[in-house]
Amino acid sequence: MLNLIWLGFILIGIIVAGASGHIDAVTNAALDSAKTSVNICFDLVGIMVLWLGIMKVAEKAGMVELLCRAIRPLVALLFPEIPPNHPALGTIIMNISANVLGLGNAATPFGLKAMKDLQTLNRYPDEATDAMCTFLGLNTSCLTLIPATMISIRVASGSANPTEIVGPTIFASGASMIVAIAADRVFRWMSRRKGR
Amino acid sequence: MLIRIVSTLSAWAIPFLLFAIPALAFLRRVNVYEAFIEGAQEGFETAIRIIPYLVAMLVAISIFRASGALDLFARAMEPAMKVLGVPPEVLPMAVMRPLSGSGALGFATELVKTYGPDSLIGRMASVMQGTTDTTFYVLTVYFGSVGVRKYRHALALGLIADISGLFASVYICHKLF
Repeated sequence: MLNLIWLGFILIGIIVAGASGHIDAVTNAALDSAKTSVNICFDLVGIMVLWLGIMKVAEKAGMVELLCRAIRPLVALLFPEIPPNHPALGTIIMNISANVLGLGNAATPFGLKAMKDLQTLNRYPDEATDAMCTFLGLNTSCLTLIPATMISIRVASGSANPTEIVGPTIFASGASMIVAIAADRVFRWMSRRKGR
Repeated sequence: MLIRIVSTLSAWAIPFLLFAIPALAFLRRVNVYEAFIEGAQEGFETAIRIIPYLVAMLVAISIFRASGALDLFARAMEPAMKVLGVPPEVLPMAVMRPLSGSGALGFATELVKTYGPDSLIGRMASVMQGTTDTTFYVLTVYFGSVGVRKYRHALALGLIADISGLFASVYICHKLF
């Protein structure tokens, strides 16, 4: 599936660009974005190092444990295959909390640590597990309490009421999270029927 | 009033964490500096491991976008989307959203500026931007960091979340504004 999507992006893109007479756009786009990707990863290095360091401090002080104990029953319901007390539960909770609070740059390091913890439970290392799919479904649909970036853009363009989008954003992101959780249950049920 | 609370909150969130976590840990007799270094070590290799995955995905997406194929795709969906209440103005942004975070943010900013932040289009663009996520980017980075190549139903799940976020945004904006 991913193979086809990836190939489709490239082939359709080049055909459309060729047909509409601006094929040079393809060359620039390819080279620029290759460079941008590497820059994104290097920017990520600093953020990762900072937050994983802070997280280790929190972990040693028993704070992650404390946070987890409060939300664990809920998370355990969504991830029945993760054994209780597994570190993945802690990192998943940290990632989702950071997402909900709009701390985007702290969310990524916790999320990548969560993937690493989930990977230790994976019997087929190059294939996603059910838990990984559930986690990424939650992550991409995540409830947003404070859409900080859009609020500041609205302030900059002179809105009479820049924060009026907070309520609707909570509604819409909450709705998409509920749909994602429901869809995830269906996917799990389907893959169990296929005998995985 | 609310704007003051929100901006104070987002200004203080990270300094608060950077203060509270080490301070509490110190009180509980953790060697804070050593613990930090121990955790930080993992950061570098994880970030570097993502590079090939991210280059592959972003190059493909950016060719698709720069060629004009993305616009064609958005225009092809226009009639169907109009029936469902999605204004044609926000459609290019909605289609861009799962593919490119900076691209979608650019569209959202432009819509807010062109139509005004307090227009229906401006509000819809704002809500949509905050609601949905850059699914392709997130999956590439998260799976790439552990070397998973077969996504199974994760992509479908992410896109279902984006589509429902899109319709929920459109619905609530029509309803409220």
